[in-house]
Amino acid sequence: METPVYPAQNYLSNGHGLKSWLLTKDHKRIAILYLISISAFFFLGGLFAVGIRLELTTPQGDLFQPDTYNKFFTLHGVIMVFFFLIPSVPAVLGNFLIPPMVGAKDLAFPRINLLSWYIYVVGGIFTLFAIVAGGVDTGWTFYTPYSAASSSTNVVPTALGVFISGFSSILTGLNFIVTIHRMRAPGLHWFKLPLFVWAHYATSLIQVLGTPVVAITIVMVFAERAFGFGIFDPQRGGDPVLFQHLFWFYSHPAVYIMILPALGVISEIVSTFSRKRIFGYSFVAFSSLAIAVFGFIVWAHHMFVSGITVYAAMVFSFLSFSVAIPSAVKVFNWSATLHRGSLSFEAPMLYVYGFFGLFLIGGLTGLFLATLGTDVHLHDTYFVVAHFHYIMVGGAIMGYLGGIHFWWPKMVGRMYSEFWSRISAILVFVGFNLTFFPQFVLGYMGMPRRYHMYPDEFQVLNVLSSGGAAVLGLGYILPVLYLLYSLKYGEVAGNNPWGASGLEWRTQSPPLTENFLEVPTDIPEAYEYTPKVIREAKLV
Amino acid sequence: MHGHDHAHHPALQHHFSTMSQQREAGVLGMWVFLLTEVLFFGGLFITYTLYRMWYYDAFALASKSIEIVPGLINTVVLIGSSLTMALSVRAAQTNQRKATVNWLIATIILGSVFLGIKVYEYALKFEHHHVPGASFDFYHHSESIGEPLKEPAGGLTMGRDQVQRTTQIFFSLYFVMTGLHALHMIVGIVILFIIAWMAHKGRFDSEYHAPVEMTGLYWHFVDIVWIFLFPLLYLIERH
Repeated sequence: METPVYPAQNYLSNGHGLKSWLLTKDHKRIAILYLISISAFFFLGGLFAVGIRLELTTPQGDLFQPDTYNKFFTLHGVIMVFFFLIPSVPAVLGNFLIPPMVGAKDLAFPRINLLSWYIYVVGGIFTLFAIVAGGVDTGWTFYTPYSAASSSTNVVPTALGVFISGFSSILTGLNFIVTIHRMRAPGLHWFKLPLFVWAHYATSLIQVLGTPVVAITIVMVFAERAFGFGIFDPQRGGDPVLFQHLFWFYSHPAVYIMILPALGVISEIVSTFSRKRIFGYSFVAFSSLAIAVFGFIVWAHHMFVSGITVYAAMVFSFLSFSVAIPSAVKVFNWSATLHRGSLSFEAPMLYVYGFFGLFLIGGLTGLFLATLGTDVHLHDTYFVVAHFHYIMVGGAIMGYLGGIHFWWPKMVGRMYSEFWSRISAILVFVGFNLTFFPQFVLGYMGMPRRYHMYPDEFQVLNVLSSGGAAVLGLGYILPVLYLLYSLKYGEVAGNNPWGASGLEWRTQSPPLTENFLEVPTDIPEAYEYTPKVIREAKLV
Repeated sequence: MHGHDHAHHPALQHHFSTMSQQREAGVLGMWVFLLTEVLFFGGLFITYTLYRMWYYDAFALASKSIEIVPGLINTVVLIGSSLTMALSVRAAQTNQRKATVNWLIATIILGSVFLGIKVYEYALKFEHHHVPGASFDFYHHSESIGEPLKEPAGGLTMGRDQVQRTTQIFFSLYFVMTGLHALHMIVGIVILFIIAWMAHKGRFDSEYHAPVEMTGLYWHFVDIVWIFLFPLLYLIERH
């Protein structure tokens, strides 16, 4: 095998200087802009988590005042949810990969793509302003009437930041939908698309349909705080529970905005490192759409103890189980793909193995919480905290990191350290479980969330959790170091270091600004790892 | 592929292969955007429906306190502006540059008339103490002119205090809904100015007029929102 050469002409070398980045319309450069900005927010949100875990190593409230602690968990949630998880996979990997995956030169609306990044940055600035001005303490859910009437903290700038960044999310989704419909290369019909694209299509539908509802809800809270309107104020006949309905109508599906694209990443990696076509392609494809649809009819399971009627609660409890079906379809099909596959253990795949365990636990504990009776017991305890971290961190971030490791050679044209990347994948898995598994136990024992103090008997488990968080933090910092190191010193990756089958691997790494020299015409089936292809490409 | 044997249309962006692909992408994008707008206003309509169900008497009283004539005129004006907008799209499709510009300007004028009347209506609300907040007093106006409120059929089922509180919710929704609608009108008028200027410069022809078409879609959408707002806010129990 000849040594690959780093191509002199590529999207990174096409234009230098800050201006060539800040005014770029190239989806790949915009993806890099997103990568840098969401990473900054990730570590900022992580800092607040460090504060929370430090405070909780002792039962007494000895590090922060209660008010400060409230601000810490609020800002941790707001930043991680709206400024990291929501944009993470779509805005970075989706942005970078959907055009080459559909055989296009760019997304349908390159200027709108850049605009979405600027909107994201403006939203981020509002939220940063709120932090500098003294923080906000409503919890990331902004529940009324506290957020609308009582809280004296910076609710308005934070809510505006979330409102503004929502438009960036909408524009990304809109761009993907139009691109997937209208920009596919000739001959690339829907069932030849990678499942990553299907997952992003489903995600985009949620972004487009859900985000406007939370936007209008924030407008009403804003009107209430700024002009004294009383839409959610019970003193004036308003209904605070209505706020929760509107909020969760978006914010429950928003969980699927975070996890669905990660599920798309998993499909790509599993297939590549099993050297097999994904098992049950069309089932996995439609399960993404099913999750998007079911996601919109389960929101009130967040409100079982908020004073909705028992009948509504029973219906929503029942409906919530429906999400388990398409999720299980995916997991079973991935397992079947692994079965008798030609497996290997590179870093992206290690993240995927870790993902399986965490997503499984996160998904199954979700059933406990969908069950009306157990939820009444577990509501607002650490059980809930553990559950959604297993999905949103264990699921979404493992998928995101797996994807970053998988496509990094494509994005920058160089390989990172194989050794350190495996170490980091293992650290993240071990650290994550150590952090969040004890929280299931704590929650089951009755430790409520959002308090900075707890009874002495909970200390052992809390110390375990804080210790795990330190390991997890290390696992997150390592990739920053070796990925940055690889930019200059990494081995040249070549077009297709993993021997993967997708269209994006046919072009050079890093790709040209226009992705392909010629629009691809001989489109293969998705995941074409037939014995003949594997033999000819010497993939095993 | 094709495209090399004949000259590209100057408006064809590099990442599209044909003008029709570019146009279809743009129009689909606009429809998806309008879908988000439906959901955006949808949150308000849900809220409106809930409170109207709970506080029907207050909503009926408050609705009847709004002067109907300006709203009626505005409805006619806005439907007229949709007609002029449609005519300008038609003119752009048939290469009539002058007519395109004129119809766009007519649309701008009608849109501005709507906003002017809206400002007048808002001023009335301030005068009548019908703006939610500290100085809100639903009874102030009817009492100062000595004209009793028109109670709903079957009489009022709530006391004066509750009427004060819940009519305030009606007017909160009135201002949020019509305010956001007006904001959409203002954005629309700005876009119309840009499109009219581009049309004047001769940017559009029968092959490339997607921006006019998409502006039209947006304008019609804003019009339709008003078609829903008008009966919901002005016409409760007006018979």
